[in-house]
Amino acid sequence: MSNGINFAFLDEYAKREIRRSLIKAICIPGYQVPYSSREMPMGRGFGTGGLQLTLALIGADDTLKVIDQGSDDSVNAVNLRKFIEMTCPGIATTTRLQEATLIQSRHRIPEQALRADQILVLQVPYPDALVIVEPSEDKRKIMHGEADYSRLLVKLYEDIVKFDEITISHRYPTRINGHYIIDPSPIPRYDVPKLHNSKALILFGAGREKKIYAVPPHCLAEPLAFDDVPFRIEDFSDSHGERRACKLCGSKTSFLDEFIDEQGVRVYQCSDSDYCEQQQECAHG
Amino acid sequence: MDKILEVKGLSQVYGPGCDLCFASTGPDLETNICPHCGSIVALHDLSFDLYKGEILGIMGESGSGKSTAVKCLYFDQMPYSGNAIFFDDSGQMPLFKLNPAQRRSLRNHRFGMVYQNPNLGLNFDISAGGNIAERLLMSQVMNYSEIRERARELLARTEVLTERMDELPKNFSGGMQQRVQIAKALATRPPLLFLDEVTTGLDLSVQAKILDLILEIQSELNTAMIVVTHDLGVIRLLAGRTLVMKYGRVIESGLTDQILEDPQHAYTQQLVASAL
Amino acid sequence: MGYVAIKGGGRAIEGAADALELLRTRQAESASPLDTDTIEKQLYFLHSRILSEGGLYHPQLASLAIKQSLGDTLEASFALRAYRSTKPRLLETPVHDTRNMRLIRRISASFKDIPGGQMLGPTTDYALRLLRMELLNESPEQFQAIAKRLFAGLPERVVPDSFPKVLDSLRAEGLLPQVNQAAREQPFDITREPLIFPVPRSAALATMARGETGSLLAIAYSNMRGYGDVHPTVAELRVGYLPVMLPHPITGELTEVGEVLMTECEVVAMYQGDDTQSVPTFTLGYGACFGHNEVKAISMAILDRALQKGMQDGPENPSEDPEFVLLHVDGIDSMGFASHYKMPHYVTFQSDMDRLRTTQQKQEAGHE
Repeated sequence: MSNGINFAFLDEYAKREIRRSLIKAICIPGYQVPYSSREMPMGRGFGTGGLQLTLALIGADDTLKVIDQGSDDSVNAVNLRKFIEMTCPGIATTTRLQEATLIQSRHRIPEQALRADQILVLQVPYPDALVIVEPSEDKRKIMHGEADYSRLLVKLYEDIVKFDEITISHRYPTRINGHYIIDPSPIPRYDVPKLHNSKALILFGAGREKKIYAVPPHCLAEPLAFDDVPFRIEDFSDSHGERRACKLCGSKTSFLDEFIDEQGVRVYQCSDSDYCEQQQECAHG
Repeated sequence: MDKILEVKGLSQVYGPGCDLCFASTGPDLETNICPHCGSIVALHDLSFDLYKGEILGIMGESGSGKSTAVKCLYFDQMPYSGNAIFFDDSGQMPLFKLNPAQRRSLRNHRFGMVYQNPNLGLNFDISAGGNIAERLLMSQVMNYSEIRERARELLARTEVLTERMDELPKNFSGGMQQRVQIAKALATRPPLLFLDEVTTGLDLSVQAKILDLILEIQSELNTAMIVVTHDLGVIRLLAGRTLVMKYGRVIESGLTDQILEDPQHAYTQQLVASAL
Repeated sequence: MGYVAIKGGGRAIEGAADALELLRTRQAESASPLDTDTIEKQLYFLHSRILSEGGLYHPQLASLAIKQSLGDTLEASFALRAYRSTKPRLLETPVHDTRNMRLIRRISASFKDIPGGQMLGPTTDYALRLLRMELLNESPEQFQAIAKRLFAGLPERVVPDSFPKVLDSLRAEGLLPQVNQAAREQPFDITREPLIFPVPRSAALATMARGETGSLLAIAYSNMRGYGDVHPTVAELRVGYLPVMLPHPITGELTEVGEVLMTECEVVAMYQGDDTQSVPTFTLGYGACFGHNEVKAISMAILDRALQKGMQDGPENPSEDPEFVLLHVDGIDSMGFASHYKMPHYVTFQSDMDRLRTTQQKQEAGHE
């Protein structure tokens, strides 16, 4: 490139190191592989971990989709996509899920099922689900190694005692392949079941905390719960028990954003804008 | 009777240690500090067997090495030398040759510990029931109602008001905290329980109730126990056999009644005399 | 669709970039842009700070980073650090000997007389912090006149090329432990390897060397005030230019390729009870960073001492805990994360509301 920057910004040694860590992460589902996260020209916390994975994986024949909060056009998604387009000449970008080979996302897994030839990269602020009960990483590593999650489970127990409900709203601790518990990134509980037995490879990148982990295709992913107190996704039913619909496309199955419109009325709309548009296209033929 | 624990030649030295440490300390020399290298010989050549369902007392003043022995056996620290074998249902375990994961597994599932300071045994930030739940969850009990039920039973058994099971133990009285600690230690029905000065600092009437409780549990669950104390009264009530320790050495051992009736060592004689 | 504030992001970002650029150039009618040389020379300490926190010794690009970030230290260091990410590591220098530094300042608080003598050099330590109103309207002529006067009074050769180190004399007297050559580890490269605790001391030093000055100061200050007990004495603080040596590509002979401005601080702390050591000695803390950053180097030296103690005996307070200190002193990490909270969190907030409403409903139902 004219400004002397390598394809995909990082130097080739850095990309290779990330890919090596990535292979390890796939081999040990749910295990947090440490890697030497590089400084990216955007803030830590803005998706630098996911970005490094994307940059290490992307090639000129890839088609990229970037989503933030379900939307391709949100400020941060635009920013990331522009940066990747700038540093990766030749790649294609899209907003249509079906066209993408590589999808980087923050806080959502797309509504529609992913295919085996797609890779989803999720941006992660806090990679370790145990951090709420143990601040020391050294000790957390031992707890993970021995699958000793009793202190995390006590949190759920105490929740039910106090509130008669598990109050964890997002970043829901999820057990991968029967051993490691991961923080699945701040996706809503609604998205957690999509990790289970996914056809696509799902990767997690934490830039500031310098960790990579993976849920490989067709892998067991179980949200933490008790046998008699099941895991529950967000409830979008109204006071009559009826499922609310998206005001734009009418979908009664999607994850909804709630907001107050200009008339002061509370309305609901699909959080996944690509899905919502495709639904509307279908409806209009 | 079946043996549950065999301890052979257990020693503990704090400091660099030297060849002369053991020879230049002990009750005869009236010190446990090595004059050559300044190390403290906290424990030297402790050996004993413990049988299923038996209560063994270890008695001595502070610095005698009694707590050190229990700390080594419960893996709070590693000994300087010596061996110990735990005879579990699944086979024999050489305690000090186990890896850290095996050691933690024994602590979590097969051993119970009740400390003098409830702060060490309990997590004060979670409820009394939660403390017991934690141990059950370690053993993969994943049914919420079952956990509640077992926690309630255990607290009832240790005479904690079950309507307080969802309160934080830091708001409990000292005696009540000790009961919760015992309930927590018993949660996994461990075959071996360590009790380190569990009644020290409690009111006499509370002490008596807790000692009664320990005896009842022993007869109900057939739990083997090692009771560490400086209090002759505790030994008299609980222990069938007793080791008397001074400066890191066992100076007298045998049936508790025998020791109290006819103490051999001058130190023990003095102790018994002063208590009568 | 008034709601979707996150849409139309592309245009918004361009607008924001323009607005910032307008802020930078709004003096255009009356003044000329800052040139990088001016920044390096007249904003000397700001420049030093960016060199060190950016973790890349490139004086010109450090000035550029300051210019384009409008003087925001965190942003400027960040830009320099991100530039560094694009560069492979090609060579490794041998261990440098700071005895070879060409000094502009060196002081010791432990002895009045030190071999080579004290050299105060440029410092604000003893300056009265009174605003110098005469600088408000300093003309270029006045500016030149001051420099001329100072240069005129300067003898040709005032400073020797190098100075011996205070620590050497303490070591010769047996007050400090001897350097353990055998224990010298391969330095840990924090730009190539993640920190996995426990980390070697070299990883801790490297992390602090590019740490954020304020963060290091705050944690070191907590130790000085009582959340810790280092009680340091500054054995030597030196500022100057360290020659950088690299093997010649053909002959392999070590060759000076340039020099870097550095600050180095060595603190000596009271002997602490140690069962394993037969002869009691002082203990050492070491701090060093690019640029002229004295408070940073001192803070780092105190934290080095505190961390060594924590690594040996277990941490008794935050400043002795390697995880606590090393994971929280990097300005790029911490400012990025603080800033990210400005991003939309609609989805997670939706989940939060769902949980809150459900528990509220359950509690209400319970009270009826």
